Amino acid sequence: MNPFAYSRVDAPDAAIHALLQNAKFLGGGTNLVDLMKYGVERPSTLVDINHIGLDKVQADANGATIGALVRNSDLANDPGIVANYPLLSHALLSGASAQLRNRATTGGNLMQRTRCYYFMDTAFPACNKRKPGSGCAALKGFNRIHAILGQSDEGSTSPHTCIATNPSDMNVALYALDAKVEVHGPKGKRTIPVRDFHRLPGDHPEQDTLLRPDELILSVTLPAAKFAKNSWYLKARDRQSYAFALVSVAAGLEMDGDRIKTAGLALGGVAHKPWRSAEAEHALEGKPATEETFEKAADAALAGAKGYEHNAFKVELAKQCVVRALMQASKGVQAS
Amino acid sequence: MMQADPKPTQPPQTPYRYDGVLKVTGKAKYAAEFSEPFPKGDLLYAYMLQATVPAGTIAAMDTKAATRASGVVAVLTPFNAPKLPVGKPQPPGKRSLTVLQDNNVSYNGQPIGVVIAKSLPEAIHAARMIKVTYNETPAKLDFMGRLGEGHAPKNPGKDPASQSRADADAAFASAAVTVDNTYVTPIQNHNPMEPHGTIAWWNGEKLNVYDATQYITGDKMTLARILNVALDNVHVQDPYVGGGFGSKGSTWSHVILAAMAAKIVQKPVKLVLEREQMFGPVGYRPTTVNHIKLAAGSDGKLTLVQQDVTMSASVLEEFVEHSELPARKLYASKQIITTTKLVDCNYGVATFMRAPGEAPGTAVFEIAMDELAERLKMDPVQLRLLNYAERDPSEDKPWTSKHLRECYAQAAGRFGWSKRNATPGQMVEGNKLIGYGFGTATYPANRSAAMAKVSYLPSGRVFVGSGTQDLGTGMYTVMAQTAAANLGLDPMQMDVKLGDSTLPKAPVSGGSQSTASVGPAVDTACIQLRLKVAGVALSDKQSPVYGAKDTDVDVMHGRVFLKSNQTKGESVTSLIARNGNVPIEAEGSAEPGEDKSSMTSQSFGAVFAEVAVDKDTHMVEVRRVVATYDIGTLVNDKTGINQLEGGITWGVSFALHEEAHIDLRYGRTVNESLAEYHVPVNADIGTIDVTVLNIPDTKFNPLGARGIGEIGITGAAAAVANAIYNATGKRVRHYPITPDKIMMA
Ligand SMILES: Cc1cc2nc3c(=O)[nH]c(=O)nc-3n(C[C@H](O)[C@H](O)[C@H](O)COP(=O)(O)OP(=O)(O)OC[C@H]3O[C@@H](n4cnc5c(N)ncnc54)[C@H](O)[C@@H]3O)c2cc1C
Repeated sequence: MNPFAYSRVDAPDAAIHALLQNAKFLGGGTNLVDLMKYGVERPSTLVDINHIGLDKVQADANGATIGALVRNSDLANDPGIVANYPLLSHALLSGASAQLRNRATTGGNLMQRTRCYYFMDTAFPACNKRKPGSGCAALKGFNRIHAILGQSDEGSTSPHTCIATNPSDMNVALYALDAKVEVHGPKGKRTIPVRDFHRLPGDHPEQDTLLRPDELILSVTLPAAKFAKNSWYLKARDRQSYAFALVSVAAGLEMDGDRIKTAGLALGGVAHKPWRSAEAEHALEGKPATEETFEKAADAALAGAKGYEHNAFKVELAKQCVVRALMQASKGVQAS
Repeated sequence: MMQADPKPTQPPQTPYRYDGVLKVTGKAKYAAEFSEPFPKGDLLYAYMLQATVPAGTIAAMDTKAATRASGVVAVLTPFNAPKLPVGKPQPPGKRSLTVLQDNNVSYNGQPIGVVIAKSLPEAIHAARMIKVTYNETPAKLDFMGRLGEGHAPKNPGKDPASQSRADADAAFASAAVTVDNTYVTPIQNHNPMEPHGTIAWWNGEKLNVYDATQYITGDKMTLARILNVALDNVHVQDPYVGGGFGSKGSTWSHVILAAMAAKIVQKPVKLVLEREQMFGPVGYRPTTVNHIKLAAGSDGKLTLVQQDVTMSASVLEEFVEHSELPARKLYASKQIITTTKLVDCNYGVATFMRAPGEAPGTAVFEIAMDELAERLKMDPVQLRLLNYAERDPSEDKPWTSKHLRECYAQAAGRFGWSKRNATPGQMVEGNKLIGYGFGTATYPANRSAAMAKVSYLPSGRVFVGSGTQDLGTGMYTVMAQTAAANLGLDPMQMDVKLGDSTLPKAPVSGGSQSTASVGPAVDTACIQLRLKVAGVALSDKQSPVYGAKDTDVDVMHGRVFLKSNQTKGESVTSLIARNGNVPIEAEGSAEPGEDKSSMTSQSFGAVFAEVAVDKDTHMVEVRRVVATYDIGTLVNDKTGINQLEGGITWGVSFALHEEAHIDLRYGRTVNESLAEYHVPVNADIGTIDVTVLNIPDTKFNPLGARGIGEIGITGAAAAVANAIYNATGKRVRHYPITPDKIMMA
């Protein structure tokens, strides 16, 4: 681990002021500290934000405000969230382990970095995300957990290539729910729709999000609850618990009898950010809740997907999971 | 007078594990946790540097910045390390160590240096400043792409002498029913919870180590030889081991490096491997490709069993994973042919891991048998019974004891095997496909020479010591129980000591032999102790038994007394008090009997599994496993059944989860953490229902116990694989059986 300074602040303003060059906020530390041990992250200072407040959840049918320091466990079990946004609750509970969820914060989860092996191990020479311009070792490496949608693929040596995925479960639900992220920086506050918060790798794979290095996440807000009665979070993974998604699907349906009025659909484990497809939602809206409709939506969601040597299976797996999650959502919600 | 009665029944049980309270209260100290006997503050921390290329030589290591970095005491590299008489691989582990004697790099992750600093973070920080330049050479990494380069092992060991391919081909060609498929098992890493770790310090010429090891005696011998120290000058201690699974059975490079570092800095040095450092330098199970051919008559009788295995091996050292063994031991067949071949790769050195040979062997062979049963339209259990091996088919010898038929019957009954639908995909519950599967378990009974020391203490407690190890397996409990049973005392009255090389020698805690080896040694020592106590009493004028014939006296329940009149006697404590108030000591040893070569001692079992496979996510739930084993005497209910349950859990792990993925260009394991190298979590393990027949095998040893450390993993992986087939109709022949493989099959 590199030497670093540690400072603890007790208010959001103080946190923003404390953020010097190359400093990082410390939330639960479950991602940042690991990456510091591996030598991937080398902040000069850790600004501990665990005591700045922002740790409350306010949720009812009309909307929700979730403080950036709310722990994943507290959020998943908040009665207002469970009753009105069960999709978010289930996505959270399917992530990591109880111990990690007790530590992990909402802001930290939004910001967690990819689990790409070549990013996490500094012994691999090429990773555009870790060492901009160095190339992408994953493209021709062991890429079973990598992206099939929205990736930058210009060959292993290109400074743009990146096929990493966003590993979060929470984020997938936030995308389906149309969440917004409230942030605060030296230039004041701004609101970023979560869909725009994370980036596709594009020409800058080293940038995961649009958050500026000097900005603090204050909270996440949710619009009025549309999917409280019909939603499902489905996670396909290599073991029953404590594994990142191979593919996950957050499906929310607003039903009008047997017809779908509106839909929120997002996929995890397939792209550099949770994958939300307007075409897929369009294929659902106004249609009867049948397997045929769901299959069309699945095809639309996966349109243009491209697999690699070890992850080609994700295309078909994702389609099956989309259909299943929508089918389940059309019938109700997951038992809590 | 007193004789070693065979003990076909269980000794008295401890109410809980002997070391249970220490474990749950955190008082049981593991090797890297000691902070004495050296002065506080003296301890330095070492971090092991590893190569980041798979093959070549190190051109240079720029250590200037590291040497000057905060807290750094010394930096060891191949360019400044002291020369050692290493030479050839060192017995007993016979490991090719890489201890900075040359600048060759044979695998990515190979130790190439050590940084010693006042704290671990400082050592790691300095290590990252070291710039290594290499002259890379082409590396052999693509095992699967180079199967054709397989060569016979230098030491074929267990391969049968003569086999006729022509006869085999004829049998195959003329058979009514055949199976001809290839099955793959992956590289697996042991991943014990406790990482490998060593604390080393020197007192003059005397070397002391606390080391996380399954074999303190082996450690001692290896350290003495490589560092050129007299054997008596090496002291190894390790009272508790947090699992090893074979990876701690050999002394690896880091142990030597810690001792070298301690010598150079003249301070105690602690070197603990990070989790990611355990993927390469401390062994792993090699990958095996098993081409299996079975031939049978329409009656189901096997006419040919053929298994040709090609496995990965390190360019540094040959290690043969005998996955062909179950094919040679399990069933009677007219012909049995097996071969093993190695493909040299720029990987670290492979080693014993969780039932080496039998685990991958049963995992693949018992799928092939399932396929044969299906082609014969025969119940898989029936097929096994039809080809039941009444004698050891590999060597045509009798078994010392075998009751596998009872295992099949008992476990099948408890499982409800008769409800199985032989046609796959027929049992459906909502979105889940349900399947039943079965596999036979087997593991040899091993036993080695062991010694133990016992002494009656003036307090009335009894010291029981042996230079064995407890990996969390229950050796403390077994030693306490065995001694207590012999002496007629409460097991918790025993002061058990192990994990110290000054105690009488015991074998490596591997091969499921510790109970079978150390148990009889403790037993013999106790018999000697009773003789000694009686001897003291017979010659003590003040003793109530003074002058009696030695055959008329016994020592039990803390008393020495006349057999004919048990009230005539006294407590051992009063006898000791009158005789100098010093402990009465005895030693005992036990070794395998002469019978060893004329008969085969082997454990067996039957494992049944029920799985539910999700139709869309293709995730597998192992709902229940029911198994019955024939392992001889069960010495302790709690530790014994727990070993078997743990083994089954590893079987599920083998079937569904474990695999190290090595990048084919860099030769590094990419999933080198417990987040990405999967083993089962609680949610993956349904109910496990284990019973044992508890029929003593007294031809094997007087205890009748054959050892149970490893048999649990065998057969279980195939039971799960076969259940997945029964559920889905998809036959996956490449472990682990992950959702993508099921979907694509
Ligand atoms: C073994 C393991 C398994 C896991 N499995 C899963 C899983 O299955 N599914 C899943 O979704 N996740 C999983 N996780 C990831 C886990 O969810 C994240 O580590 C966690 O959410 C990160 O939150 P944190 O508060 O600990 O973040 P930290 O580690 O504290 O921070 C992460 C990043 O966020 C930044 N940050 C934190 N708070 C703020 C803020 N308020 N404003 C701006 N920046 C901020 C930090 O500076 C840092 O860069 C797993 C993690 C581990 C270690």
